[in-house]
Amino acid sequence: MSQIEFLQQLINGLSLGAFYALIALGYTMVYGILRFINFAHGDVFMLGAFGGYYLTPRIMPHFAGNLAPVGVVVVLLLTMILCALIGMVIERLAYRPLRSRPKLTVLITAIGVSLLLEYGGQFVFGADPKPYPELITDRALENTGALTITTTQVAAFVVTFLLLIALTLIVKRTKLGMAMRAVSNNATAASLMGINIDTVVSFTFGLGSALAGAAGILYALSYPSIDPLMGLLPGVKAFVAAVLGGIGNIPGAAVGGLILGVVETFVGGSAFSTYRDAIAFALLIGILLFRPAGIFGKAQVEKV
Amino acid sequence: MKYRHAKKFALLAAIILAAVASYFSSAINSYYLQVLIFIGINVILAVSLNLINGYTGQFSLGHAGFMAIGAYVAAWLSTEHGAGLLKAFGGTNPFAIGALFILVLLGGGLAAAVAGLIVGVPSLRLKGDYLAIVTLGFGEIIRVVIQNTDAVGGPRGYSGIAGYTTLFWTWAIAALTIYLVVSLIDSTYGRGFLTVRDDEIAAEACGINTTRYKVIAFVVGAFFAGVAGGLYAHSTTYINPSGFDFQKSIEIVIMVILGGMGSTAGVAAAAVLLTVLLEYLRFVSGYEWLPELVRRIAQNRMIIYSLVLIALMLLRPQGLFGALPRRRSTRISKPAVDPLA
Amino acid sequence: MKTFLRAVLPIALCTFALSLTSRAQDIVVGEFASLTGSEATFGVNSSNGVELAREQIDSAGGLLNGRKIKIVLEDDQSKPGQPSAAVKKLIASDKSIAILGEIASSRSLEAAPICQAAKIPMITPGSTNPKVTTIGDYIFRVCFNDKFQGQADARFALENLKVKKVAILADVKSDYSQGLQRYFKEYFTSHGGVVAEERSYSGGGTDRDFRAQLTSLKSAQPDAIFIPGYYTEVGLIAKQARSLGIKVPLFGGDGWDSPKLAAIGGSALNGCYFTTHFSTQDPNPKVQDFVKNYQAKYKVMPDGMAPLGYDAMMILGDAIKTAGSTDADKIRDALTKVKNFEGVTGSITIDADRNASKSAVVLEVQNGAYKFATRIAP
Repeated sequence: MSQIEFLQQLINGLSLGAFYALIALGYTMVYGILRFINFAHGDVFMLGAFGGYYLTPRIMPHFAGNLAPVGVVVVLLLTMILCALIGMVIERLAYRPLRSRPKLTVLITAIGVSLLLEYGGQFVFGADPKPYPELITDRALENTGALTITTTQVAAFVVTFLLLIALTLIVKRTKLGMAMRAVSNNATAASLMGINIDTVVSFTFGLGSALAGAAGILYALSYPSIDPLMGLLPGVKAFVAAVLGGIGNIPGAAVGGLILGVVETFVGGSAFSTYRDAIAFALLIGILLFRPAGIFGKAQVEKV
Repeated sequence: MKYRHAKKFALLAAIILAAVASYFSSAINSYYLQVLIFIGINVILAVSLNLINGYTGQFSLGHAGFMAIGAYVAAWLSTEHGAGLLKAFGGTNPFAIGALFILVLLGGGLAAAVAGLIVGVPSLRLKGDYLAIVTLGFGEIIRVVIQNTDAVGGPRGYSGIAGYTTLFWTWAIAALTIYLVVSLIDSTYGRGFLTVRDDEIAAEACGINTTRYKVIAFVVGAFFAGVAGGLYAHSTTYINPSGFDFQKSIEIVIMVILGGMGSTAGVAAAAVLLTVLLEYLRFVSGYEWLPELVRRIAQNRMIIYSLVLIALMLLRPQGLFGALPRRRSTRISKPAVDPLA
Repeated sequence: MKTFLRAVLPIALCTFALSLTSRAQDIVVGEFASLTGSEATFGVNSSNGVELAREQIDSAGGLLNGRKIKIVLEDDQSKPGQPSAAVKKLIASDKSIAILGEIASSRSLEAAPICQAAKIPMITPGSTNPKVTTIGDYIFRVCFNDKFQGQADARFALENLKVKKVAILADVKSDYSQGLQRYFKEYFTSHGGVVAEERSYSGGGTDRDFRAQLTSLKSAQPDAIFIPGYYTEVGLIAKQARSLGIKVPLFGGDGWDSPKLAAIGGSALNGCYFTTHFSTQDPNPKVQDFVKNYQAKYKVMPDGMAPLGYDAMMILGDAIKTAGSTDADKIRDALTKVKNFEGVTGSITIDADRNASKSAVVLEVQNGAYKFATRIAP
């Protein structure tokens, strides 16, 4: 493998990893607060992509010429709000009634919601893949020599990084963030301290789903073909990334996503490309054998 | 003591019933027959996964992988070595075929059990979601390896498998699985599984080797999943690696949780219910008296399936049979045990 | 639970009774297709083609003295394990006299032994794996198989593209893609070509990032890249290839054939070629009528699967007419005698192995349109 090819693969891997990281952020945040796998996260991600698909032709004509970047932001924000609302409605209807129940019970409703969104999506949107409108022009950057870096790859990276910082600030610096950490730590004690758990959980879901919505649009811009089942695999991969980094840990999710993306890319570019799907999991198992709580996760001491 | 006899009697009755039903199977519509066989296979899968997820409190998402190993090994044995073995058993009489079939099913089950041992080992260190994703990963790795193995057809699938599976074999083995799992749990030894689930630390403090119980749960669960895989392969006579992906595992997990974790009867009932529901939904889109829109939605069975799933979980969060007090174990089993916590 | 049963059971029983009272006059044809799941788009399109053909047969007066055709359509969710139950239902419960389906060879391979055992003729519109029709003498297909198409692609590369060194990017999950790859390679390398590098991806919506594979194919410096995949992925592959600076032509098989391919791939596909069953620009009135009627009914252009579904139903109708009855054996015999049947996908002759022997067309993608390039005879 030449040096150029190596660097190109590294870029490919990091940009793929940025998407895994972006989806994993939402996953890991919901998990961090509620300790339950929101299986429908990948499908909210899909709804985000479809939100952008239907909003773009309705919004962009109002922002012609120099105003186009404003239009992009409007589409992105509207989609994020839409997804946040959907996430909160899902939480209210399907998860909240079961909050005092074992997490596995909620897991099944989450799977049910996920199936409903996927197959309902096939019914409403149609099963055929749809070409995605060019919200931002996907072109290669200049002056990169023999290497190729595209605008959407850069955008994915920048957005992931910004959201990572924003999330960390929200969780660490705001009052609501403090409440989130309190609920995560001990929900009963938190409610005794006057924290409204319903509000905090609802907010967490809204935030996580908004992240999924943003990820959906960016993903669709980079891979401009969308269909109702598009969230399934990225959802699983993001879950793997989140566990790899230590589930519940925000920087861990980002690092886990990047590692997964790079490893998948190098395997995909090698003669073992037929084993690409398995390698991601082999890596995961390998790492978990040595660090059972993921790279950044802290092994919890069980209290008796 | 009496209870024990009742169990044996029930097993015997079930096997006789299976034999009688199977005797008349040529009179049953072949579609219903197929559904009945799928029901039996799903019961085996759900009851065996319940041993891992329900009784031992581990969270496995890789049951389809064990099923795949059983299906492929059994199919390979009967296709590649079936003729030779039949000759050794004395021709193509029903008894020789029966002996061969038991042999290949055992082969598939044992291969899956070995895989269960390999997966069980990391489970010693991992808990909850971590274990879930690792077992899911093992299942996917198994699928990818099969996909890359040209000797069993790779992505084209394995076709031309003999159609040995009958109603008798499926139901008798399903009854046997239920019997063995219930006996195992009801034995002194079986208390170990429940203690691992209920309180691992307390169990260890009492001198229970939790590691051993977890591994045993994985090995036994995987064995029966492998047998179910063998039955499946010899029923459809064609298998494809993509039929054993993580979505298949999730289907089995749904049966276990819907039935009520740790209730064998409930889990078996959920397996029957869900299999019948999905098949029954095929007919709904054909009902001409229903409004066009309803029929069109019903054509997409998974929409209705997912709605039923959500509704059932909201209405009966403890599972269909979760609230029924379990015989003789009410004192030690806490109703809400959370392996994810 | 009891009240629940009390409420539901009577409804269930009534509906069951109702479902039995289908009009005895209709000729029942069973069809199974992937209407939902990861490969839904293929199943939806082929079943649209079947439905169009049924409509036309019925409006032309039906078959066997005015009997109408009733199609019972079962969804297999693009999942293995589903076809066996679906097809058994179609045969045993719906009493279908023939079965139409599937596009994916893996699902046809699951259904074929069942049809064979029940002695019900099965016609697959689009399963190209050679193995499908070897299952038994009741299994037919109306498309060419992977062997022919793989060779056609190789011949096109050698004779028309005049390339000697190609790279291959195939779908590891698809038997269709693996089959094309194998037969392409066999022919290509034995006729002076060189396969420089092979990489694979997972189709069915799994992979969307192909830059890893493409980057390593690029360093092999091939003259062209053969991509035996489906349009769901090829559009994205073309885009990513161009953005990585791969300028050589890409070419593939009938899996590319859909208006969606150009809609997704856009200008990245200019100068790329694929073999398929028919061209929507074919002046043949049969083709033009089909395209016009299909557009009128479904408001979209047909893809490559739709005309195959259409032809499968038409050939079955023709065979029922020839047989003069709905007897499965007679229909089977009639199917074996189909000769020079003028279908939308060309003149179809069923050979001794129950495969359709017909030519392939090569189309060139130019600015979103597919232009007829050449025809490759069997």
